[in-house]
Amino acid sequence: MKYLDEYRDPDLARLLLDELHRVATRPWTLMEVCGGQTHTIVRQGIDELLPAGIRMIHGPGCPVCVTPLETLDRAMAIAARPDTILTSFGDMLRVPGSHTDLLSLKARGADVRVVYSPMDAVQLARQRPDRQVVFLAVGFETTAPANAMAVLHAATLGLPNFSVLVSHVLVPPGMTAILESAACEVQAFLAAGHVCAVMGWSEYEPLAATYRVPIVVTGFEPLDLLEGILLAVRQLEEGRCEVENQYVRAVHRSGNSAAQDAIRRVFRVTDRAWRGIGTIAASGLALADEYAAFDAEIRFDVGRLTAVEHPDCIAGQILTGARTPTECAAYGTACTPRSPLGAPMVSSEGTCAAYFNAGRTRGAAAPTTGGTR
Amino acid sequence: MRTAPDPATGTCPVPLPETERVLLGHGSGGRLSAELIGDVLLPALGDAAPPGPLEDAATFTVDGTELAVSTDAYVVSPLFFAGGDIGTLAVHGTVNDLAMRAAMPVALTIAYVIEEGFPLTDLRRIAASVGAAARAAGVPVLTGDTKVVDRGAADGIFVVSTGVGRRLPGAAPSAAGAAPGDAVLLSGPIGCHGTTVLSAREGLGFDTDIASDTQPLHRLVETMVTTGGTGVHALRDPTRGGLASALNEIARDSHVGVEIEERALPVPAGVQAACELLGLDPAQVANEGCLIAFVAPELADTVLAAMRSRPEGRNAVRIGTATSTDPGRVVVRTTVGSRRVLDMLVGEQLPRIC
Repeated sequence: MKYLDEYRDPDLARLLLDELHRVATRPWTLMEVCGGQTHTIVRQGIDELLPAGIRMIHGPGCPVCVTPLETLDRAMAIAARPDTILTSFGDMLRVPGSHTDLLSLKARGADVRVVYSPMDAVQLARQRPDRQVVFLAVGFETTAPANAMAVLHAATLGLPNFSVLVSHVLVPPGMTAILESAACEVQAFLAAGHVCAVMGWSEYEPLAATYRVPIVVTGFEPLDLLEGILLAVRQLEEGRCEVENQYVRAVHRSGNSAAQDAIRRVFRVTDRAWRGIGTIAASGLALADEYAAFDAEIRFDVGRLTAVEHPDCIAGQILTGARTPTECAAYGTACTPRSPLGAPMVSSEGTCAAYFNAGRTRGAAAPTTGGTR
Repeated sequence: MRTAPDPATGTCPVPLPETERVLLGHGSGGRLSAELIGDVLLPALGDAAPPGPLEDAATFTVDGTELAVSTDAYVVSPLFFAGGDIGTLAVHGTVNDLAMRAAMPVALTIAYVIEEGFPLTDLRRIAASVGAAARAAGVPVLTGDTKVVDRGAADGIFVVSTGVGRRLPGAAPSAAGAAPGDAVLLSGPIGCHGTTVLSAREGLGFDTDIASDTQPLHRLVETMVTTGGTGVHALRDPTRGGLASALNEIARDSHVGVEIEERALPVPAGVQAACELLGLDPAQVANEGCLIAFVAPELADTVLAAMRSRPEGRNAVRIGTATSTDPGRVVVRTTVGSRRVLDMLVGEQLPRIC
């Protein structure tokens, strides 16, 4: 298929791997920021083909994983109201809250629906004036423009029964938090291509300069990742620390200005709690005061929520790359995609789910590595 | 509290807690479905439970004649989609379940559960599809049933079909019959049915030129068995749960490992595009008109050639091999040359965020 097969070509992959083996003379630790990248790396077994010593640690860029437990509990409390339709992207539905998840709530009679775009939720609100339609607006800068457009659209239509429960997060403050942590081992980042398609990469330049860390804007196909890793390792070997763009077919330095305008109109920057990590200053988006009328958190008083994480879940350490899923005592036993204890075991972008679905077990990295080196 | 055991970890089947409810994912044909059958439905049968592994159709002998029986309920939404409708599915699905045990259909029954207020024009269309599909498959519908329920008690219409088939002599394919060394053959492209139905669902917002692959497979099986005889060890049509579930079930029941070549999987461009957009794995998407076969290695080429001689199998390919390593495990050799496990779907396929 055009625009996909080119980036999955096994011969080109072999060439990139050969070059990587030639360039890498020392061990290096890289972090891919985005869960979509983690998914490709684990699914394709790319990390097992890398030269010995090149270690990939998996970053916090899984939208469902970092959505705070309190937001989920709030979404479920709203969904349980009889007059409400809660809409969400599909992979939020299985994420465990303090007591249950949205799928189980649905089985008990709550009206919970999967939508493929926030605009579908706006459309639903038009069709169902007798119901409050709430969209669970989570994710990074990638999903923020469409969510902003949905709010703008609802405002234009003057829809009184549409609102959004917002828990957006921003990548650069998340990367800063990782770099600032005492245990940080990351020597280079693969930045998330789709986030940069929206935001550009100029905001990463101060990060690269301040922390002297190479940042390579990278795509999601196997060849994208191999090339991104190669560019990062080459920078490390040559002692450079620049922002480099591997994902040239989708990203340019200034990003998508129309999308950024929509974000700026509808949202304001706020402190945000990241599930498993904690509150990071100026790391999220909330609705701007002008659009507060569409804020589900204000519209629905669900009382005081007490969020309780499962004590055995080490999601925070997984999300910051401090531990791998196979180092978690609950991985594959108490915690599986069937009955997840934490969010990273749910989404296909979650690191734990990616490991589990690829059959990675404690002790053995993978079924058997097919690498020839 | 999540106390239900995971069958994958090998714990004994403890009854699900009373507070648990049936989730949509319990009907997805993946791990949750297996759990519901293994933990709730089969134990309740006691001595009346079927012996041996669960197959697409059960076989039994009457007066020396080997017969097969299969039953299936159809609840597809939307009812009409490119390539077929709930009526064609009800015939093809049951005919194919019989065919996977090398049984040629001799009789079908059809039951309709209809919601009050259902348009008669739609019922006529569905009934006509049942008739056309049965005639094309060469199988009579001998009896049936009709029930109407209150508005809201069903979603439009549900169709249930049961089929009886006569087994071809000299063939006994079973999910437990695969052996190390077997060639794994696939009769045609995967993912068409599931992505067609998804794209026809309201509000998905994309159009595709793909159509459901729904078709009867018994004549293809007849050709394969005539050529391969007892060398056709296992057959399965990868419906709900897709290729991943079907391969895992055979690997589990036959105690073999399975190694699949990712590049060999025939995924049409429209299916690939839809799956990329929605974050689905084509290997976990439902099919209604293809089959996988585990065939003795020395017969693989002849059986493959025979498959290609029939229209249902003209795009048949070899996708992998059964192995003696890692029994029960399906491994995919990825396009970049690494390996990963191909697991069964857990519950429902949920489209991802971005």
